[in-house]
Amino acid sequence: MVETILNRTQMLGRATLDGFARLGRASLFLLEVLSNLGGMLKRPGLLIKQLFSVGVQTLIIIVVAGLFVGMVMALQSYYALVDFGAENSVSVMVVLSLLRELGPVITALLFAGRAGSALTAEIGLMKTTEQLSGMEMMAVNPIERIVAPRFLAGVIAMPLLAAIFSAVGVMGGYLVAVELLGLDAGAFWSQAQENVELIDDLGNGMIKSLVFGVVVSWIAVFEGYDCIPTSEGLGQATTRTVVYGSLAILVLDFVLTALMFGK
Amino acid sequence: MNTRTLELMVGLFVAAGIAALFMLAMSASNLSSYGGDEGYTVKARFDNIGGLKTRSPVSAGGVRIGRVTEIGYDMAGYEAWVTMSIDPQYDAFPIDTSASILTSGLLGEQYVGLEPGAEDEYLASGSVITLTQSALVLEQIIGQFLYSKGDE
Amino acid sequence: MSETLVKIRGLTFSRGNNLIFDNVDMDIPRKGITAIMGPSGTGKTTLLKLIGGQLQPDSGSIEVDGQNIHQLKTRELYELRKRMGMLFQSGALLTDLSVFENVAYPIREHTRLSESMIRQLVLMKLNAVGLRGARDLEPAELSGGMSRRVSMARAIALDPMMIMYDEPFTGQDPISMGVLVKLIKSLNDALNFCSIVVSHDVRETMSIADYVYLISAGTVVEHGTPEAITNSESEWTRQFIKGLADGPVPFHVKATPLLDDLLTTAERKRG
Repeated sequence: MVETILNRTQMLGRATLDGFARLGRASLFLLEVLSNLGGMLKRPGLLIKQLFSVGVQTLIIIVVAGLFVGMVMALQSYYALVDFGAENSVSVMVVLSLLRELGPVITALLFAGRAGSALTAEIGLMKTTEQLSGMEMMAVNPIERIVAPRFLAGVIAMPLLAAIFSAVGVMGGYLVAVELLGLDAGAFWSQAQENVELIDDLGNGMIKSLVFGVVVSWIAVFEGYDCIPTSEGLGQATTRTVVYGSLAILVLDFVLTALMFGK
Repeated sequence: MNTRTLELMVGLFVAAGIAALFMLAMSASNLSSYGGDEGYTVKARFDNIGGLKTRSPVSAGGVRIGRVTEIGYDMAGYEAWVTMSIDPQYDAFPIDTSASILTSGLLGEQYVGLEPGAEDEYLASGSVITLTQSALVLEQIIGQFLYSKGDE
Repeated sequence: MSETLVKIRGLTFSRGNNLIFDNVDMDIPRKGITAIMGPSGTGKTTLLKLIGGQLQPDSGSIEVDGQNIHQLKTRELYELRKRMGMLFQSGALLTDLSVFENVAYPIREHTRLSESMIRQLVLMKLNAVGLRGARDLEPAELSGGMSRRVSMARAIALDPMMIMYDEPFTGQDPISMGVLVKLIKSLNDALNFCSIVVSHDVRETMSIADYVYLISAGTVVEHGTPEAITNSESEWTRQFIKGLADGPVPFHVKATPLLDDLLTTAERKRG
């Protein structure tokens, strides 16, 4: 009995140490990626190619999701506000929640699921098929050539995708509020303009999604590069990207919101 | 897919992202009212400003003409100071204009309402509005009402 | 034996609690084919990665062309690697590039040659492995043997001083095995450089090797010319070379005598 408890404690301790070791490895990896960004910029073609697969190919989901989130936000806030005779504030609700929360967060979650997992799978597959080792032996640094462009593309694409998400969401909200529920179009825009701050709301939302971009891309490329080079290890790494990525987004969202809006 | 198409698609993507940011900034936020920074500032002192905040609207005759830029408290006169920025095109308010803190609707947000006076001189940057009316505080009104009822 | 290109002294390497190399010494000559053979799981691939500087040893040193691999700065290591070719088991071709572009890749990376020069070089290298006709194929369309040959063309693209083959014969049909054996031999004859072949396919490897190292359980068991190895007195060597089922490496994993085991089980069932 005592022995089992000792064993359990030992296992717990080892798991904790492993976790910290992983975090350390991931941090060193991030430093290495960052230090290789400069060398990568000499080849903009690599970045453009990655922007395509990370950004353009995620666009459809973002647009569809943004449209429907905006529409449902308008509907819900209409039902809540009409009781107080404040239905003209629907646009304020829609725009504020999109800019501050839903835009950055949902975009990042979708990004982790679509682009993040694809990044992990791609890099992991290159590791499994010894392509990364092969590059090293050809005196080509795979971090500079493979990892850095993918990381940077993720960081650039995220705020752009979030902006598109929010803009489409506002249009979706407009469709429901003005075309469907018959609110006044002028009131819709003027209420939003009166109550939404450029720096505090739009600016902070963009900073949020930039942070999410860094973190999700970091997790995705690290999990791929660090995966166990078997088909099973690859599957686990892809799952970890989505799980850790999503959790990191939600936790960071709270922290950033508290820092930015909680005065 | 050839390089040209790829570049084109990415270019369109980046342009769409920037356009979305622009659209959000222009039509869904208060970017347009930032021009107000070029306006002139006037000050007014109140006994009580109620729920007025910085960036609250300043209006005359129901039209928005500026916004509150700063709120402070003066320990010498035990009064609240409100600094307002008025858009430059509204530059002909007489110096005896009065300011009152009003509420839009029963529970709405508070704003500063200006009521023009009759003097020939106009308010300029740095002027002080002397005629003011404080915010109505609901609790005080109810309290006074109950007090006067109790006296009867 | 000619001048030494790769000099390994006191190499010790472990992975977790597993000791993979224990104080290994080796000398690999500048010219000719050196074979490193041993049972599966003895870390032959690990040895190549150590020579290529992709892994760090726990102790000991590896010198390649007079330079201690593990004390080089990253840039110097990369310079040295340009003169080392390596053939991975899977071929390790870049999947998003065609055969031609794969062979051209190291040339494009490390030289500033004109497009027509690159084309000529690549076609020559592909011709050397007999795949000039396959230049427009994608890696996914190649058989295992063919992708290894493309990988060989890529490994010699920069005219290296050595080439390392990691299990080149594993999982090949007899014909493509024959092709690979012939290619390794003819490339080595034509380029007159150092070939290191890591393998456990005894017959094929012995037929082309100039010198053989046998490793097992983390140490060099025996080394010499193929003839010397074939005529070795050592029991273990004979078992490995001839592929006998029983010998110093027993057929049965260590266990209690069969009769005891059976009886115990029976008793347990009864009780």
